[in-house]
Amino acid sequence: MSDTPKLRIDGREVTFRPGVDLLTACIEAGVMVPHFCWHGALGSVGACRLCAVTVTENGRDRIEMSCMTPATDGMEIKLRDPESEDFRARVIEWLMVNHPHDCAVCEAGGACHLQDMTVATGHHARRARFPKRTHRNQDLGPLLTHEMNRCIACYRCTRFYRGYAGGRDLDVFGAHDNVYFGRAEDGVLESPFAGNLAEVCPTGVFNDKGWSKGYARPWDMMHSPSVCNGCSVGCNLTISERHGRIRRVENRYHGAINGFFLCDRGRFGPLWVESDARLATPLIRGAEVTPNAALAAAREVIAQGAIGIASPRASLEANYALRRLVGAERFFAGVPDAEAAQDAAIVAALASHPIASLKDIETADAALVLGEDLTGHAPRAALALRQTTRAAERALAAEKGVPHWLDNAVRVAGEGRRAAVTLVTPLADALDGVAARALRRDADAVAAFGRAVAAALRGEAAQDDARAVAAELAAAEAPVVIAGAGLGVAGTVEAAAEVVAALPKARLALFPAEANSLGLALMGVAGGLEAAAQARGARPVIALETDLEGTPLAAAQVVALEALATATTAGAQVALPVASFAEAAGTFVNHEGRAQRAFAARPDGPPAAWRVLSALGGLWDADARVDDVLARLAEDLPVLAGAAEAAPGSGTKPCAARAPRRYSGRTADDLAGRVPEGMPPVDPDGGLSWSMEGAQGAAVDPARSSGPAEDGLHSPSAACLAQAYVGGPLKGGDPGVRVIRPGMELARTPDAPAHPAEGLRVIPLHDPFAAHPSDRAGAPLAERAGRPVMRLHPEDAAALGLSEGALATVAGARLPVVCDAGLPRGHVGLPAALSRRVPARIDAAHITPEDVQ
Amino acid sequence: MIRGIIQSLWEVGSKLWEPKYTANYPEVKPELPARYRARIILSRDPDGAERCVACNLCAVACPVDCIDVVKAEAEDGRWYPETFRINFARCIFCGYCEEACPTAAIQLIPDFELADYARSSLIYDKDDLLIAGEGKVPGYRYWDVAGKALAGQAPREGQSAAVDLKGLAP
Repeated sequence: MSDTPKLRIDGREVTFRPGVDLLTACIEAGVMVPHFCWHGALGSVGACRLCAVTVTENGRDRIEMSCMTPATDGMEIKLRDPESEDFRARVIEWLMVNHPHDCAVCEAGGACHLQDMTVATGHHARRARFPKRTHRNQDLGPLLTHEMNRCIACYRCTRFYRGYAGGRDLDVFGAHDNVYFGRAEDGVLESPFAGNLAEVCPTGVFNDKGWSKGYARPWDMMHSPSVCNGCSVGCNLTISERHGRIRRVENRYHGAINGFFLCDRGRFGPLWVESDARLATPLIRGAEVTPNAALAAAREVIAQGAIGIASPRASLEANYALRRLVGAERFFAGVPDAEAAQDAAIVAALASHPIASLKDIETADAALVLGEDLTGHAPRAALALRQTTRAAERALAAEKGVPHWLDNAVRVAGEGRRAAVTLVTPLADALDGVAARALRRDADAVAAFGRAVAAALRGEAAQDDARAVAAELAAAEAPVVIAGAGLGVAGTVEAAAEVVAALPKARLALFPAEANSLGLALMGVAGGLEAAAQARGARPVIALETDLEGTPLAAAQVVALEALATATTAGAQVALPVASFAEAAGTFVNHEGRAQRAFAARPDGPPAAWRVLSALGGLWDADARVDDVLARLAEDLPVLAGAAEAAPGSGTKPCAARAPRRYSGRTADDLAGRVPEGMPPVDPDGGLSWSMEGAQGAAVDPARSSGPAEDGLHSPSAACLAQAYVGGPLKGGDPGVRVIRPGMELARTPDAPAHPAEGLRVIPLHDPFAAHPSDRAGAPLAERAGRPVMRLHPEDAAALGLSEGALATVAGARLPVVCDAGLPRGHVGLPAALSRRVPARIDAAHITPEDVQ
Repeated sequence: MIRGIIQSLWEVGSKLWEPKYTANYPEVKPELPARYRARIILSRDPDGAERCVACNLCAVACPVDCIDVVKAEAEDGRWYPETFRINFARCIFCGYCEEACPTAAIQLIPDFELADYARSSLIYDKDDLLIAGEGKVPGYRYWDVAGKALAGQAPREGQSAAVDLKGLAP
């Protein structure tokens, strides 16, 4: 007998991973057992009874629920047994007794797991002659619709919302067959992960409200693989478009990063691309001009040489084109010097320690968070850390012999034990409730605490709580240490690296501020905005996707390349519209140093920033592609050579089809017979077509795939079939290439500026729904974003002559004051975007009260 | 050869006594059965509201892809087509759209006189398609059987009153 256990499915012998349930074993063997309540990330509960299979033992058949049965070696099961087939058909018929006949007016129609399963079992005529159950629906806010009549009571929503994401305000009410999934009363779903309900729900109870407003059926949209640029995590997205309008963003499974779930900022944030806040036309001093006139004017402005302000949100291609145009010495990051120095420090730390991906955080058993407000700064990482906090529960349950996939049983057997997760932050944190230890330290004391933990790990003297944390980390099998740019103080990154250096099994996760912060740091910049202001002299500035308002460069002559209309584009000498991240192919380096390619999600967007820069400086031929830019980048900067391998090149054959096979309405507008009008646009950079021609579904490599498309399975619930094993990497490997490697040669590190020692310490206030002005430009997210405020300790506020609700001006921004006793004295909380524009400490005299109008 | 000529004359000549098939179109219009498939219309339900709910099933059933529908939603939750376009220059009158329609909105009628001089005049929008009546399916109202309640709509046939969540009785 061999080591790998085997079982027989319908006479076919397959191997399985030891310790999994029967349903998982079948799915991993490529056999789709019908199911509803089972979910790759949420485990089994046995609520729906659909996954029944026939188990043959000692020559006798019996029906078992495959999700609740452990797979054992030598097992023999039948899926195509008439008895279990009939059983499953009856379960569907029973679920359909109350399900409305409204697929025609349901957004999920066409991507619905219930629809797929109903068709698969052959149920097509209702026999029940009773009235259908009717529920009252709720208004759940701007992100999700609610249609409770469609519910089949699989409990996936509450298991995700409460159990996985730690939300409190969605629950199940009622009794027997009247169960109701919703809030106690109408209102906005509070969790910043609520949007996932649209995908978790196997039918149409929860749907994406924004998509519903600009609706197109799933088979009628072009689906493009993309990468989120809302934060440094770099979650994989599928962006869907029809008739030139981006309509929906969905999760695109990535085994090491986002897994099955996104945060709401990632799901609804990219819709700002469709808002009125775009820079639509080229401007010269605020007046609309033609693109050619603008290009000529821009050439004239920069003829005598310019300095370049790069953006940590723009792609490697755009930043590299700017670097080539202005030269490495005049290439600066559009962030303060301190942040540019910190990004370089993050690269240096990651290059010399084991790096933790989000998957590593999720599977860790202890964690130390130094200063990061993860829920606001990198929300998807907070969701991963929520799973870390359950490690102790899982361990205790395993000790008692409860299999890990029996989720409810694990929660009971785990006795509510919390894993050794320590948060060290200046403010109360959203994760306080699940962390074993939530320590409050002043912003400047966080790094000191990290160093104390490292000292304790090395056996040196340290204070009690640092020793306790050190002991827990040392006892852990797979600890992670998390820090980053979220707090905006120097030293936390180095402190985290010091802790990891003292812990042989630990991994390090560092979260910089933006989606491509590390890409820019790897490229090497001559400094940040202050350094740029010093080096500028009288030269004009080329600002790439950076708003210079309120920075030392605000007075300069500017050529602005922007996707969003800003104060800078309004006043710039020349403002040129460029593609947003969703309209051009581009490569981004995420927090773990993984270079990932996003592809254009709309065929008719403005030109990519690197094309505009190339036209300004004659850098590449007019027909150059992304491949040419990346090839030159690899030559120039060998550290980023891996970026070219992030996805197959644009010439890859066969190209991948963006449109599903049944894309409809293509000839509704053409004047039959005039062929050129019907030609689909060509994507020069993608290796993807703007039509249904090309490879589809499983035939596409993971980097260009926009999700699995198996025959008969159309919903996000089919994602498991594309995974090497459930919850594991994708078949064909997770996309992206790690460009940060141990011992690599590092770019020049910009000098960190000395901080003023006096004044109020600035604490960035991160909003899970609004990290960037663009997030407030998109309709659905703008409604969820909190009001920007200034937080002060009541006594500090009184000393400044401010009271709750009063308006105060700081660094040119008018903000209402919120008095918050939770804020340490001597600190001022400012919106995160603003906090990056001001020094780490600001003089109280710079906060000026204003009379309320 | 002579025999051949005589045979041909006989064959043709014998038709002189057969009934004539020539139709005097367009002076005399043909009488077509009601289920003849030609021009497409959008019908209304018995209360005069648009039947089409913009579900896109006609568009996806169309083998030549000549139908394009854009969904919009009214205040009361009713779905309706913001635009509904059929390109009759492409349409092959197969009737699949009618078969696919869950609301009996799209129907093919026997009016086949669609010829035009400009291709652009063959693109019919909602204004051109929507008729005043119920067409071939009188009395049917989709929203009575959908199971998705419109705002302010009382439970219809086959629906219970809204569930009382606080009731514990079995």
